[in-house]
Amino acid sequence: MTALDDLPAWLMLIVAFFLVLGSSLTLLGTFGLLHLKSFYDRIHAPTLGTSWGAAAILLASLLAWSWIQDRVFLHEIVIGICIMVTTPVTLMFLGRSALQRDRAAGQLQAPKPSRDPDSIDIP
Amino acid sequence: MTTVLWLALTYAQIALALAACLAAIRMMKGPRAQDRVLALDALYVTTMLLFIVSGMRLGTPFLFEAALVIAIGGFVGTVSLSKFLMRGEVIE
Repeated sequence: MTALDDLPAWLMLIVAFFLVLGSSLTLLGTFGLLHLKSFYDRIHAPTLGTSWGAAAILLASLLAWSWIQDRVFLHEIVIGICIMVTTPVTLMFLGRSALQRDRAAGQLQAPKPSRDPDSIDIP
Repeated sequence: MTTVLWLALTYAQIALALAACLAAIRMMKGPRAQDRVLALDALYVTTMLLFIVSGMRLGTPFLFEAALVIAIGGFVGTVSLSKFLMRGEVIE
């Protein structure tokens, strides 16, 4: 708490609000990751942390650092773009490989092939 | 008003550490391999956010580079792990 003391009161309130919002959403997301029953429900839960959890914390950090350094601080935008672009790609890959593994193992919890618009061919 | 910000930073750090613990529990417990990979991805994101909040609290901008490296490393790690789960090898 050295550099952050220079912030005005209204900006402190905004930064505190975004910090609490983002960390609460991330905590809720990982709680859902632990609590939900099947993998296909569970894959949705951590996206709460990667969408608004990360966005709120990065926004709070962006506002605080931009005021402290007296210029527009762009590191968070790079991190935010990196997170927002890579997370859907990662989860699509993971969901497809999980679907393929579940179908190959004959698991009952895998969704039916008719509900899947682009099905993977399993020999 | 400084107290409000201090409380928010402390709450954010505790909540993110708890979130990392929950993801680690799922990674140890996960019934199949894809659950563990998903929990590892959530753990990466949570740790990156914890780095950013810690950088705000300590007042150093040097933790941003670490957060960026963690974000990119998490992407590469999770994609190669799911490629390995799908095909059985990473580079064909």
